[in-house]
Amino acid sequence: MLDRKLVLAALVLIAAVFLCGCTSDGGDDTGTEATTVAPTAPMESGTPATPEFLKIATTTSLDNTGLLETLKEEFEKDHDVTLQIIAAGTGKALEYGERGDVDVLMVHDRAREDIFMDNGYGINRRVFAYNYFMIVGPESDPAGIAGMTPEDAFIAIYEGAQTNPEVVMVSRGDNSGTHAEEKAIWTSAGYNYTSEIAGSGDWYVEGGQGMGATLQMANELQAYTVSDSGTYLAYQGDIELVPLVEEGDILLNIYGAMMINPEKFSYVNAEMAKEWINFLITPATQEIIADFGVEEYGQPLFFPALGNYEILGVPQEETEQPIP
Amino acid sequence: MWRCGVNEIVDGFLTAIYLIVTLNPEVYEVTLRSLYITFSATILASIISIPIALFMAFRTFPGKRIIINLVHTLYALPTVLIGLVVFLMLSRQGPFGFLGLLFTPGGMIIGQMLLVIPIIIGLTYSALIALDPIIKDTIISLGANYFQFMVSILKEIRFVVYATVAMAFGRAISEVGAAIMIGGNIKGYTRVLTTSIALETSMGNIELSMALGIILLLIALVLNFVMTSIRREGE
Repeated sequence: MLDRKLVLAALVLIAAVFLCGCTSDGGDDTGTEATTVAPTAPMESGTPATPEFLKIATTTSLDNTGLLETLKEEFEKDHDVTLQIIAAGTGKALEYGERGDVDVLMVHDRAREDIFMDNGYGINRRVFAYNYFMIVGPESDPAGIAGMTPEDAFIAIYEGAQTNPEVVMVSRGDNSGTHAEEKAIWTSAGYNYTSEIAGSGDWYVEGGQGMGATLQMANELQAYTVSDSGTYLAYQGDIELVPLVEEGDILLNIYGAMMINPEKFSYVNAEMAKEWINFLITPATQEIIADFGVEEYGQPLFFPALGNYEILGVPQEETEQPIP
Repeated sequence: MWRCGVNEIVDGFLTAIYLIVTLNPEVYEVTLRSLYITFSATILASIISIPIALFMAFRTFPGKRIIINLVHTLYALPTVLIGLVVFLMLSRQGPFGFLGLLFTPGGMIIGQMLLVIPIIIGLTYSALIALDPIIKDTIISLGANYFQFMVSILKEIRFVVYATVAMAFGRAISEVGAAIMIGGNIKGYTRVLTTSIALETSMGNIELSMALGIILLLIALVLNFVMTSIRREGE
């Protein structure tokens, strides 16, 4: 009986050690003690948004490529904060923003960002990077789209798929920014996405996953898919798909960061959100973005927005003016 | 590399051993966090559930049968449903939003507790009603008060309770749906073994995924070993 009590005591001790131990790595690897109170004692404190954290909802492309991790490390060097990155895709990120569950959004869908800001949820958008979408597919290219415009390529895929079972397309199908891009191309090519494309047959696979997983799925199915160039380059070594369509104004992919409106949700960490967004558009950070991936992939995954507002067609101040 | 499945399993196993032996900080940290969250959830859920099971077994009250059926149904509660409901509850727009628990380990603990409470209640309850009535009568005839009675009864079924708690632990540590929806899979904060595996696989790091999966399996193995030895000692 005594033995059993000892075992029980040991278990309680172990549990106690876990409680202490894990709170100190709750923040991040450096384990700053100050950041660790929130996870274990949120019940009693009840105070929303501890200022040591900054919650960022982001598209999967920024996270899967590793860019955000690099920028996070750089930012945390001279700011007493732990960035918490929730990679979710633009649709879900906007949803988190509308519910006030995060402090900053980093997304890539100008149209929906505009609506989001018009509705008063987001403020102070800054554009910090861009690259291009591309249509990738199997080297055999059964629909023969190589070198076409994006719209013609989609028409060729759609028509090829009606007769040739080898023509398959994988869609993100998750309301992400990339999915929005794909829909925009279908619309521009003259199709009604909802009635003619989505759910229209076995040729059109709606994967419902992040960019990396979608590329792998397309690779397995030897299918076409739309990808941002950054994620494609980061995954190139693992998959056999090749870029087939890379030219066209519609393929421009613009990444914007904005803070959640503190007038809407008083508890958001607006001060640090501002710092972070201003950090993104500094020349030094823009240089990090320009250099990111060059060593590993032979070319940049993202281009800096600074100085390129004309290419992007966005207001100049969105690329260079710090939030006051 | 992506297409040679068997090699990946072998590589994954070797990588797992390498990562475990060299105490790889990231793997170690994710594993500890998984254990911490699931330990907390299982212990808290047990503290809540066992008294409820005792109450249900020895008291009659209206609607008891319905509640028992409900508990049994909830064994199969889909984890993504828990994830969705807890997300809506803990979101800033939800009724418990003011707690600020969404995307925190605390929120994940709540999700896992909800997952295993029905299991602990249901299995403990079944063991209690299966108990030989002579044992109950004996304890009462020895003059036990209510509290002493409950403690004695629990002692009678302790091995079932241990096994139940272990099973609950296994279900909680291996689920991914609720963990990813409530925790958000934040690196260094709410990333646990299962959500890591999902992410690393989508990023093409198959060996690391396999390694983490093997660690998950090892935890189950150790747990099972401990359970078996406790039971053997009891017999």
